[in-house]
Formats: sequence, structure tokens, C-alpha cells
Amino acid sequence: MSLSRDQVIHIAGLARIALTEAEIEKFQKELSSILDYVQQLQSVNTTGVQPTSQVTGLENRRRADIVNAQFTREQMLASAIETAEDHLKVKSIFKGYVS
Amino acid sequence: MLVDLRRQLDSKTISAVELTEQFLRTIAEKNPQLNAYVSVLNDYAIEQAKRCDDDIAQGQIQPLTGIPYALKDIFCVKGIETTACSNILRGYIPPYSATVAERLRAGVLLGKTNTDEFTMGSSTETSAFGVTHNPYDADRVSGGSSGGSAAAVAAGLATFGLGTDTGGSIRQPAAFCGVVGLRPTYGRVSRYGAIAMASSLDTVGPITATVEDCAIVLEQIAGFDALDGTTSDRPVEQYQAILRNVPTGLRIGLPTEYFETEGLHPGIRQAIEQIVQQLKQAGHTVQAVSIPHTKYAVPTYYIICPCEVSSNLARYDGIKYGFRADSAEELLEIYQQSRAQGFGVEAKRRIMIGTYALSAGYYDAYYLKAMQVRTLLRQDFAAAFNEVDVMIAPVTPQPAFKIGEKTTDPIQMFLEDVFTIPSNLAGLPAITVPCGKIDQLPIALQVIGPQWSEGRLLQLGYQIEHLPHDS
Repeated sequence: MSLSRDQVIHIAGLARIALTEAEIEKFQKELSSILDYVQQLQSVNTTGVQPTSQVTGLENRRRADIVNAQFTREQMLASAIETAEDHLKVKSIFKGYVS
Repeated sequence: MLVDLRRQLDSKTISAVELTEQFLRTIAEKNPQLNAYVSVLNDYAIEQAKRCDDDIAQGQIQPLTGIPYALKDIFCVKGIETTACSNILRGYIPPYSATVAERLRAGVLLGKTNTDEFTMGSSTETSAFGVTHNPYDADRVSGGSSGGSAAAVAAGLATFGLGTDTGGSIRQPAAFCGVVGLRPTYGRVSRYGAIAMASSLDTVGPITATVEDCAIVLEQIAGFDALDGTTSDRPVEQYQAILRNVPTGLRIGLPTEYFETEGLHPGIRQAIEQIVQQLKQAGHTVQAVSIPHTKYAVPTYYIICPCEVSSNLARYDGIKYGFRADSAEELLEIYQQSRAQGFGVEAKRRIMIGTYALSAGYYDAYYLKAMQVRTLLRQDFAAAFNEVDVMIAPVTPQPAFKIGEKTTDPIQMFLEDVFTIPSNLAGLPAITVPCGKIDQLPIALQVIGPQWSEGRLLQLGYQIEHLPHDS
């Protein structure tokens, strides 16, 4: 299982991670070898086997739909990277647009 | 240990402030070499200890009142920097505390301990704060990901610590550092406020000096939590009270595939065999059991875990909290550059593997397949636990490895978890109990049980701990 350079760039794009040239080369090798390694699962016969996504058999738990706000706006904004008045501040969404 | 400290605190032989100061002095002396703690809370700890002394004076005493302990830096504590040892969370001050931190409030939090970045690793070598050295040999790792808590307990820098175990991250460092570590049943201990890695696998548990300490701490942290929908409302056993009442005639299974795994150190096999002999003499029966899909556990894990990682770590986008790259000019660049600069190499690898395995056209071949093999592995354990009450197995193939020995090949590092991962995939509890040393390095065994058998594991662990064995 060998990933192409373009596939690595595509995956990194989906994952929103900018890669350097050196990283593209490094991850192309490493990701390919990991995919090779996990390939051995293909030899297991899983016809008709139900997938496991939860191990204790717990069913959905419900609670009353009551607002239970534990945090004030100030508390939540205290950990923000950048704020303006009572809002989170981010960079411009469109290229070339300066806020 | 904890029982002795409780007695000393209650009889006022020592105050909580004095005890805390002792630990802070030991940390100041030894942590610069060990790097077990990534942050030490000197003033905060003393403040808590004063409050504990007041509580003790007023007779308001809980089992852990005044006991100094450590939290892996994966647990949020209100007002205290919590980073998951990742640059992407440097400076993050949570506005709330993890449920386990709330449940340990009677104690004294000394600081936050080192972990592999977002718990991804088996050596703390992926931590943004550098590696934690093994207390028995500074050239070796303390294991991971909860290596900071394990080293802190082993070197006397905390009475106990909490860790998380997704693929072995409590049991493996406990084994490397010669201490006790318990991974509970999935859903036994709340994960609210524990920064998530792989949500279908993550568990929270104690790392302690003795099995009795482990029982005491687990009793405090276990149980239903309305804030974590995966916790069970089964009653929590009185682990400490039942500790010495181990039933006779337990049926102990030795999983054949584990003991036949290539690379298992013969010294570890011998040490376990010797203990098993003693357990036979004590009245238990021993038989071989088979977990036929053992060899598929690691590849199964290395699909499921990265898939869940890629989803859980999507939230670190440089928008709301944590790290934002200065160089970014517009929105997409904020995401791409903040994540590029904020995440370390193992995080990036797992995010990309997960992204690939979950992408259109690959889901069935990877994630679905892995979830099916996970079912087969669960069935293997279910069948084995029809024949035996518990299993005894190695925790690691070898004693602690050298720093840098396994960092060049990610798969070598994955194989470090070959004996711990199967029980995680099946959601089973398991406890690491030290069982001797090889060339001055600690080695350990694990007792694995069916779901919700923590009481039984602690009982047998306690019996093993008190067998006479070579060290």
C-alpha cells in the first residue's frame, strides 16, 4: 500500500494541516508503511460479523432538556485567543478583505 | 502508604502543610532531572493543604484529605494551565475541572505530570515538554503515555497519580517504573474534563505505590457521572474493604498467544511463571486459554485509534482557544498553519491516517473492518472468561527501553503495546503489579478480568504483591 505524493497532500488538505516539502516526503513513507502494516486485517474473515463501536452495551441515556449553563460569558471568553467586545475575534474569512 | 499517611495526618503527627512541603521539596530536588512534572503548583498546593488542615482540625475527614497527589496534564483543572503536553494547548486555562479532579478535591494537587502529546505514545517522547526519565535509569524512558505520573509515584514525588489508558498508557509506564496501575472497565470512571484521544477506548485510572492505595483511589474516583454519558450506574464496590478477602480456588488463565509472542523477554516469562506456581500453591487453579485474534489487536487499534483521533482533534483549529499561528492571514490559513505549528509529528501522523481511513471509499476497508475484528476479539475474551475467572499476562515484552531507541520507526513504538491493547479493545479492566527486576529494571505482570471485575483484580493483585518473590 503505497501513498502517492498527491494523496498525502490531499489528506493533509482534508485534515487542515500545512506540510513542508520535507514533511510530505517523510509522511509519504511513514503513512505508507503504517497502511501496509494494518493491511494484515484483510486476511481476517469478517463476513456477517457485527462491528463494535461500544463495548459495555450501554443504551442511549436521556436527561430532561433543561438549560444548565455552568459558565458565564466572561469565563468562556477568558480562554479565548483574541476577543473584541464580547466576541471571539478571528482573521478575515475572505482573501484580500481587511477587517 | 496511604493508610499510614492517613493515620499520621489524623493523629496530627504531621500536618497536611508539612507533608505537602516535604513533597514540594522532593519535587524541587528531583524533578529537574526526571521531568515527571510539567508544572508544579507550589502556592496552590500549600493553599489546599491549609484548607485540609482546617478540615482535619474540624473532624471533616475524607479518605484522601490532605494527601498530596499528581494529575496527568490531560485532566482539566479550573484555573490551572492544562496542555495535554501539546503546543497547540500551551497557555490554555480551562474554565472547569474534570470530574476526577473534583472527586479528589479533598487531597492536595501538587502539579501536572508529563504525557505523550494528547497521550499518543508509549514513552513521553512525543511530549512538547520533553521526555520523562526512568527513575531506575536516566537513559531510559518511564513509559507512556502516563510516564510522568508513574515516574512521580516511583520516585516519591507524589503519593499517587492519575493517568489515562487508551492502549496501555497506565499499565505500561507503571510496569516500567515498578508501581501499580489500574485501567478500569470502560465507563467505570468519568472522563468528563479528560482531554479526549480515542473516545471508544479512553479510560481514567490510578497509578499508585501499592495495590491497597490503588483500591483507595479507585473507590474515590469511580462511579456514575451525569456529565459523562458513557459512565455506568452500577454501584461502586468497596474495594479497600474487600481487598484481603480473595476467594480461594480462582480459575486463572494464561493466554497462550501472549506468552508465545516473539520478543517477550524470557526473564519476564520466568518471573510470571514463578508467581503462577505460588498462586497454585495458594489454592488457585491455572490453565492455558486462547485469544486467537491477539495478533490482530495492534493493527485493529492503529486504525480505530487514529480515526477517532482525527475526529477528536479537529476541534483544535486556532479559532476559540489554544494556539493560533501569527503567520496566518485568512481563515483557511489559520486552520492549516495553527495545526501545522501546534501539533507534533505523532499527532499529525495519526490525524492523517485517520483522515485517510475515514475518507470516501476507504471506510469499509479500514474502519468498518477494524470494528468487525474488534468484535471477534471481544468474542475471544468472552469465550475465555467462560473457562477462567481472570487472566495473568505480561504487560510489556521487555523492561524499559532506551530514550530514542524506538522513535525512528512508528510501528516499533506501536508494538510496545502488544499486550495491553487487546483488553482496551474489549473494554476490560486490568491491573499492573510489579513482579521483580531484570538488571535493576522493574518488570511487571497484569491481571485482566471481565468487565466490572475491578474488585477481583485488586484482590488477586494484593495477594500477588504479598507473595515472597525475587527482586
